[in-house]
Amino acid sequence: MATHDANLSPGRRMKIPAATKTRHLRKWGLPVETLVLGLTLLLWIVMSISTSTFLTSNNVVNILRQVSIDSIIAFGVLFPILIRGIDLSVGSVVALSGVVCATLLTMGLPIPIAIALTLVLGVAIGSLNAFSVYRLGIPAFIITLAGLQAFRGGAFLVSDGTSVFGLPKALSAFARAEWLGIPSLFWSMLVIGLVLHFILSRTRTGRYMVAMGSNHESARRAGINIKRIVFFAYIVSSVTACIAGMLLMARMSIGSPTAGVAYELNAIAAAVVGGASLFGGRGSVLGTFIGALLFATIANAANLLGIDSFWQMVATGVLIAAVVYVDNLHKRRQSGMK
Amino acid sequence: MSLLEVRSLKKRFGAVEVLCGVDLTLEAGEVLAVVGDNGAGKSTLIKHISGVHRRDSGDISLDGKPINFESPKQSRGAGIETVYQDLALADELSVGANIFLGREPTRRWLGLLPVIDRQRIQQETQRLIDSIESQIPDGASTVAGLSGGQRQAVAIARALYWDAKVVILDEPTAALAVMERENVIKLSRMLASKGVGVIYIGHNLVEILEVADRIAVMHRGRIVHVTRSDDTTQEELIKYMTGYSERQGHAA
Repeated sequence: MATHDANLSPGRRMKIPAATKTRHLRKWGLPVETLVLGLTLLLWIVMSISTSTFLTSNNVVNILRQVSIDSIIAFGVLFPILIRGIDLSVGSVVALSGVVCATLLTMGLPIPIAIALTLVLGVAIGSLNAFSVYRLGIPAFIITLAGLQAFRGGAFLVSDGTSVFGLPKALSAFARAEWLGIPSLFWSMLVIGLVLHFILSRTRTGRYMVAMGSNHESARRAGINIKRIVFFAYIVSSVTACIAGMLLMARMSIGSPTAGVAYELNAIAAAVVGGASLFGGRGSVLGTFIGALLFATIANAANLLGIDSFWQMVATGVLIAAVVYVDNLHKRRQSGMK
Repeated sequence: MSLLEVRSLKKRFGAVEVLCGVDLTLEAGEVLAVVGDNGAGKSTLIKHISGVHRRDSGDISLDGKPINFESPKQSRGAGIETVYQDLALADELSVGANIFLGREPTRRWLGLLPVIDRQRIQQETQRLIDSIESQIPDGASTVAGLSGGQRQAVAIARALYWDAKVVILDEPTAALAVMERENVIKLSRMLASKGVGVIYIGHNLVEILEVADRIAVMHRGRIVHVTRSDDTTQEELIKYMTGYSERQGHAA
C-alpha cells in the first residue's frame, strides 16, 4: 500500500504540457544534437576567421574524408547501442577486414569478389556476436571486448604481422576521387547513412530496435521477433565496420593490422554525443554524423593551430562528459519526476 | 454459451499447487473482477488465459472453441488482450507507435519497400484518443512524458483498437492517483459497453465494487465465491479472501 500513497502526488499530472512542447523539438532529434551542431558550426566559423588555412578546399576535403570513415563506423555501432547492447569489436574488425581484403586482392582475386568475401566475413562476425548475446547469454560488452582482442590478433595472423602491400591502382584512385567536388568516401558515407536512416525511421525493423532498447519486455509481449532484431543490429555493426575497413585500406593503399585502434571508442563517443543513450532506445544517424563531424573538426583545428595532441585528447574527453551531462539535465526536466 | 470458459484448471510449480481446479466463466459485455490476497493465484490464472503459462490439466474455451495457447502472441491473435500491471509501454516511442507496436500497418515506398504507414497510425490514434476522452495530449508525443493514468489509457486504447473479445486488466490502478483511478474505471466500463468481456484483477474492494458486474474471490488456488457485486459487501468479500468463511464452514 505504501507504493500507492507515494504515487498519489498530483505532480504527475502536471507533466502534460511539457511533453507536448518538446515533441516538436524531439521530432528533429533536439536538443543535444542541436547543441553539438551549434558547437561544430561555431568552431568552423571561428577557425575560418582566425586562420587562413582552415577554410581551404584542400582542408575541407580532408575533414570530409576523415569524418566519412569515422561516421560509417559510428552509424554501425549505433545499432547495437539502440537495442541496449554495445559493439567494442568494430575497431579490430576494421583492421581485420582491411587485411583480409588486401590479402585476397594480392592473391589475384578480382576486386568485386574480394569485397564480397570481406562482407561475408562481416556478416559472420556480426552473427557470432549476436549468437553469443542472444543464445549464449554473454553480455554484449564482454563478448565484443573478446572480439576486440581476437580480431586484432586475427588481423596480425592473416598479414603475418606486417602490412599487406601491392593493391590494385583502381582502389587508391577510388579513394582519391571526387565527384562534384566532394570526396568519394563522403559519398559512400552518405549512401550508407541514408540507407541506415531509412531503416531506422521508416521500417518496422527500425522501430522494433527502438522498442526493444526502450522496453525489452514490452517488445517481447508485442510479439516482436527479438532474435531477428538482435542479429540485425550486430550484423549491421560488423558489416559497416568491414566497409569502413576496406575504405581505409583503399585510402592508405595498404592492408594494415594496426589500423583502426580505438576506433570503437571514437564511434561510441560520436553516437553518444549525437544523442544516443547507452541505455538503449535513443539515437539517430543524423545525430551520430554531427557527433563525428565535431570530433573530426576538433582534431583538424588542433592540428592547424599546432595544439598539442595530448590537449586535444583532454578536450575531447571533457566535451563528451559535458554534452552527456547537459543531455541528462534536459531529459530529467522533460520526464519530470523520473 | 459464455464468451470465455475455464474448467478445472490445474497448475503446479514444482511442489506448489498454484491452481487447484479453477472454474470461471466470463460473458461478453461484463466486467468480472477477480479478487484475492497475494499468492491466491490470480496472476497465474490470467497468465494461463493470456498464453504466458501452459496448464497441467483442465480446459479453456473462447466462444465455445477450446483453446491452448503456446505464446502470448497466439492469445492476442485470438482476441485476448492483456494490460499488464507494469503497462509494458516503450517510453521512447510515441503513443501511436505503442498502440500499433508489433502490428504496424505498412505501405510500399516507391512501390517497392515496405515502410510503416505513419500517417495512418497518426490518424487512427487521434481518432482513438478522441473516442475514449482519455486526456492523452497527442498521439505523436512520446510515452515517456505521460502520467500513470495516461499510460494506462494508452494500454487500454491498444486493447480497444484491436477489437479484443476479452481484455484482462491486471491491477490497472495499482500505481495511480485517485483522479486517475476514476478514469480507468470509466474506461473499463466503456470496454464492457462495447461488448468486450473484461477481467479486472485488483484488491481495492471499494474500487472493485464500483467497477464490476460480478466478483470472483480466489483463495489458495481456488475460486471460493462468485457473486453479483450488487449482492455483496466488502465484509463478505474479505471473509472469503482471508479464508475465514471456509474455516467457519468446517467448524460448523
